[in-house]
Amino acid sequence: MLDILPDVDRWRADGRRVAVATVIRTVGSSPRPLGSKMAVSDTGSIAGSVSGGCIEGAVIEEAQSVLEDGLPKRLSYGISDEQAWSVGLTCGGEVEVLVERIDG
Amino acid sequence: MGFESLRRSLLAGERVVAFTRADDGGLGARMLVWPDGRAEGALGEAALDREALALVTAATLPATGLREIEGVEVFIETYEPLPQLFIVGAVHVAIHLVHFARRLGFRTVVVDARSAFATAERFPHADELVVEWPSDYLARVPLHANTYCVFLTHDEKLDNPALQVALEAGVRYVGALGSSRTHAKRVAALREAGLADELIDRIHAPIGLDLGGRKPEEIAMAIAAELVAVRNGRQAAGKP
Repeated sequence: MLDILPDVDRWRADGRRVAVATVIRTVGSSPRPLGSKMAVSDTGSIAGSVSGGCIEGAVIEEAQSVLEDGLPKRLSYGISDEQAWSVGLTCGGEVEVLVERIDG
Repeated sequence: MGFESLRRSLLAGERVVAFTRADDGGLGARMLVWPDGRAEGALGEAALDREALALVTAATLPATGLREIEGVEVFIETYEPLPQLFIVGAVHVAIHLVHFARRLGFRTVVVDARSAFATAERFPHADELVVEWPSDYLARVPLHANTYCVFLTHDEKLDNPALQVALEAGVRYVGALGSSRTHAKRVAALREAGLADELIDRIHAPIGLDLGGRKPEEIAMAIAAELVAVRNGRQAAGKP
């Protein structure tokens, strides 16, 4: 959390809306530990990470809708044959992420 | 989501636990609980709130992870204060060590009695820069089990009394720069000062993992690597 705070503070001071994605569950060899966070602003800036780069793109996209309606989302990503080349973790393992908007 | 309170707590170095509902019905509901019994927010069910409160005590904090509480999936996040690193000796190696240590997540404080060394020009990147007799300083600040102390002054008058304070306080890591000859002299002096051998044995000397480097930045890197090894439990807090 502390790693993303400087960016989040700056964005919020600039009046931008910010969502935070948190790794809440991992199975197998996941690249980022539980509690790892990525912040996403409504202009698409990001800080921190929730994987080794495999699922960030998908999470950023989901975060935009969370920024709009303020409803948190729980997202699952895992390696499987059909997913491996889409948003799957090419690094292996499974990750679940909670995305929420900072409202106060 | 209690962001502001969490933010303030983390910046103040407080311990705090965030409980966040991860089930469909209550997704995102959050309660923050501090070890002193304070709480903020709610999980939406009195029984859940009670359980969350009960999991946080001054003695024990729950582990970070998903957990079923009262049949509801809750994500628990336990925040511990940043490990703090005290660097005694505002020397050349310290300039690089501050850089690495901060990057690695240590709150980094440099202390030296010599105002010619401990200047803001040399240490703009330190979290704190203190011009004071190191032993006096270490004796008046809180040292805890998440504190790391590195002694780099090359001056036994500065290093040794401060070393004694750190060792007696039971900090997580104590490392001291110097050759084995210097260290032998240091050990003799500390013994003379009445320090127990079991405490003296906790000093990491020669300091740092053996990377074979000689340059200040290489020595700083070796020390930083050792701090990480100790923090991750890869190396005993006492010298292996």
